[in-house]
Amino acid sequence: MYLGRVVGCVWSTVKNRNLEGHRMLVIQPLTPELANTGQRIVCTDCTGAGAGELIYWVRGREASYALLPQEVATDTTVVAIVDSVHLKSAAAPAPAPPARGRKPPRKG
Amino acid sequence: MLIARVIGELTATYKHPSHEGRKILMVQPLNLDGTNRGVAVVALDAVDAGVGDKVLVVTEGFGACTSVGRFLQPIDMAVIGFIDQIELLPGVS
Repeated sequence: MYLGRVVGCVWSTVKNRNLEGHRMLVIQPLTPELANTGQRIVCTDCTGAGAGELIYWVRGREASYALLPQEVATDTTVVAIVDSVHLKSAAAPAPAPPARGRKPPRKG
Repeated sequence: MLIARVIGELTATYKHPSHEGRKILMVQPLNLDGTNRGVAVVALDAVDAGVGDKVLVVTEGFGACTSVGRFLQPIDMAVIGFIDQIELLPGVS
């Protein structure tokens, strides 16, 4: 699993039928100190994470297991919303996550 | 599998049910000489490892799921052992 932050949302109208109804998020990978690292990627989501939230995601075939019993064509899925990261030395507390319950409006 | 050091823990209240009840560790992969190798990753704990421990991390789904005891779940990394000592042939570093 890898630490990251939600930095955007992907809308796709024509896609694999199994992907319908699943949110796709743009994720910025982070170091444990919450600095950006590497290229941004697109993940499906099983948590309802919103913009700016700290998350971690799973890579590979296991990513689709998060969305069982549906067999979704994905190789990266967000599986948790991170509240805080406790490091051994210089602790890097995560900013307070925004209030729950809001989700981006779905397009019809 | 990777040689790694546990550098911290994560708290996540909202997560996939298969991750409940296990420690979520930040682990930093290491080279043989003990220097950092790439970016730290997140792994579920299967051996009760703690911060500062040198551990073995499996980075593939089947091994990770079975070591944590949760088959067919979204888990791709798990801490599966402690490393006490690494012995190398002369000239290997």
